[in-house]
Amino acid sequence: MLKYISKRVIYAFVMLFVLSIVVYLIFGLVPIDPAQLSCGTHCNPVVVEANRHRLGLDIPLWHQWWNFIMGLFQGRTYGEGAAIIHCPAPAFGYSFPNNACVSEVMAGAFPFTFTLAVGAFILWMAVGISFGILAARKKGTYIDRLSTAFVLIGSSLPIFILGLLIYITAFLLHMIDPIVQGTWVSPLTDPIGFFKNFIFAWITLALAYAAIYTRLTRSNVIETSSEDYIRTARAKGVSERDVLYRHNLRTALAPLITNAGLDFGGLLGGAIITERVFQLPGLGYMSIKAVLRDYDLPLIMGTTLLAAAFFIFFNLIVDIAYAYLDPRVRIN
Amino acid sequence: MAFPTEDGLVQATDDVSFHVDLGETLAIVGESGSGKSVSSMAIMGLHNPKTAKISGQVLITSMGSTTDVVSASSETVRKLRGGTVSMIFQDPMSALHPYFTIGNQVSEAWLLHNDGTKEDARKKSIEMLDLVGISDAKNRFDSYPHQFSGGMRQRVMIAMALVNHPKILIADEPTTALDVTVQAQILKLLKDMQKEFNMAVILITHDMGVVAEVADRINVMYAGRLVEEGQVDEIYKNPVHPYTIGLLQSVPRVDQIRGTRLKAIPGQPPSLISLPGGCAFEPRCEFAKYVPDNRCKSTRPEVEIKLAGHQARCHLSAQEVRSHL
Repeated sequence: MLKYISKRVIYAFVMLFVLSIVVYLIFGLVPIDPAQLSCGTHCNPVVVEANRHRLGLDIPLWHQWWNFIMGLFQGRTYGEGAAIIHCPAPAFGYSFPNNACVSEVMAGAFPFTFTLAVGAFILWMAVGISFGILAARKKGTYIDRLSTAFVLIGSSLPIFILGLLIYITAFLLHMIDPIVQGTWVSPLTDPIGFFKNFIFAWITLALAYAAIYTRLTRSNVIETSSEDYIRTARAKGVSERDVLYRHNLRTALAPLITNAGLDFGGLLGGAIITERVFQLPGLGYMSIKAVLRDYDLPLIMGTTLLAAAFFIFFNLIVDIAYAYLDPRVRIN
Repeated sequence: MAFPTEDGLVQATDDVSFHVDLGETLAIVGESGSGKSVSSMAIMGLHNPKTAKISGQVLITSMGSTTDVVSASSETVRKLRGGTVSMIFQDPMSALHPYFTIGNQVSEAWLLHNDGTKEDARKKSIEMLDLVGISDAKNRFDSYPHQFSGGMRQRVMIAMALVNHPKILIADEPTTALDVTVQAQILKLLKDMQKEFNMAVILITHDMGVVAEVADRINVMYAGRLVEEGQVDEIYKNPVHPYTIGLLQSVPRVDQIRGTRLKAIPGQPPSLISLPGGCAFEPRCEFAKYVPDNRCKSTRPEVEIKLAGHQARCHLSAQEVRSHL
C-alpha cells in the first residue's frame, strides 16, 4: 500500500514538472510581449527594453523557466532601487493590470472558487447519489422516469443558460442583489449574507453535475444488483436494505470516486461560466479577465498551473481512495 | 413457476413435485432451461416477486415446525435463507464479494442468524473454514477472494453456506466452473459435510458423472416438468423415459466399444412460452411412434409408477420401452 502511494506521489510530481515546462513553453511562444504591455502610453524602445530586463524576460527561455521554478520556492524580486517589487514564495510572477503579485491575486480569488466548489460538490453528490439510488430501486416506475427527465434536462441544458435562468428568477424574486452580489462576506460574521452570495451559484453548478451523478449511480446500482455476489448475499439471509447499502453500494459507488475527484479538482481551478454569471471574483473569473481583457500572461500562467496542480492532486487522491476501497488494487 | 414477458408467459416449471429427506442427496438433472435452477431459486424464495409468478407450496420442516416459503412473509423466508436452507453457486469466482475479506463474508452469515459478538463469529468462521479444508484458516481469515484459487473459493462458499448448520443445502452446479481434479475434491467435501451435519442436499447439475458419484435419488427435468425420478442405480440401470435414455446414451462410458459414436438427442428443447398440449418431449422422441392414436401429441402423460421406486411421465410402460430399445 505504501509502495503504491509513494509511486503515485512521484508520478504526480513528475507530471507537475513536465506540465510547468509545457505551460512555460506555450507562453514563451505566444505573440504577446509582456514588456510592451507593461510599458503604457508613453512608450519607446528604450523603456520596453528596460522593462524586459526588469521582468527577467531578456534571457533565454530555459533560464526564464528556471527562474520561474526557483521563484516558486524562494520568491522573486523584480527591478532595482526605488522601483523594486518583491513577491514572496510561491512567486508566480507579477500582474501589472492588478498591480500585485500573481500569488496575491490568486489568493484573493481562491476563497470564492473554493467555497463555490465545496458547496456545489456537497449538494450535487447528495442529490445525485440519492436520486440515482432511488431511481435504481424504483426502476421502471414513474419515479425512475422522473429521474430520467431530470438527467436529460440537467445534462443537456448549457450552464450559461441554466445559470442565467436561475439568476434572473432569483433577481425577480428579490433574492439576489446585483450590487452587493460577489463581495466577500465571511461566513463567521454574516452566515446569511455568505449563503446568499453563493446559494444560487451552488444550485446552478450542482444541477448540472447532479444529473450526471444520478445517471451514473442509477446504472451502477442496477448493474451491480445482477452480480452473483449480490445473489450470494441474499442467499445467506441478508435483508434487502443491507443488500443495497452494504453489498451493492460499496461496489456501485466506487467508480464514482474517479468522477467526483476529477470534477472537484477541475472546479477548484475555477468555474468560469458560473463565476462570471454570478459575479463571483474567483479563479475562473480572474483568468477569463486576464485572457480577454488584460493579456495578463503571468496571471494566466499562474491560474493554469494552479488548476492543473489541483487536477493532478485530486487524481492522486482518487488513486489512493480507490486502493483503500478495492482490495484488488491495494494488493497489486 | 412462470415469468410474464413481452412475448407471452414463460412457463419455467409446471407441476413439479419432489421431496428430499435429511441425510439424502437428490440430484436434479436436466439441460439448460429445463427449470432446475428456477426450482431451486423458488425453494430459497430468491425469485423476484415482481417478475415471477409462483403457485403451489414449498414446505420446509425444521425443528417440528413447517413453513411454506411461497406464502410466508419475506422476513420469515429471509430467516430461513442461510439458516435452515443454504445455497452454493456455480461460479465461485463471482459469487464472493470482491471488496470484503472471506472471513468477513463467512462471519456475516453467522451473525445474521445467531446472537453473538464479532469475536464469536470469527471463532465460528475459522472453525468452519478449517473444516472445509482451508489450511491456516486463522491467517487466511483476513484475505480477499481474489487471493484464492477457484477451488478454494468454492470451499469458502461452502463454509459460508454451512456455518449455520443448515438442514438443506442446495448446490447449483457446484463443480461446473472448476478443474476436474478440483471437482472431485469439492464433491468429496460436500459428501463429508453432508455426513457431518446430516443435511439434505439438492444437487443441481447436468453432469451425469457427478450424479452417479454423489446422488441417492435423481429427478430428471425436461421443459419445466419432472419426467423421471427414482433411485440412482435404478435409473442408471433401467431408464424408462426416452429423454433419460437419450441423456445417458450421450455420456461416454468406459465400457463402451472403441470407435462407436456417442448418440445425441436430435432437435432442440421447445420454447417454454407455448408448450404443446401433449408430451413436451414428443417432437424429439424416438419412441413416440410406438404409442397408438398419436397420444403423445394429444395427451399430456401423467407421472406413473413404472418400476419399484421409479416413476416417469410417459405413455409407454417400462417393458414397452425396453422392447423397442
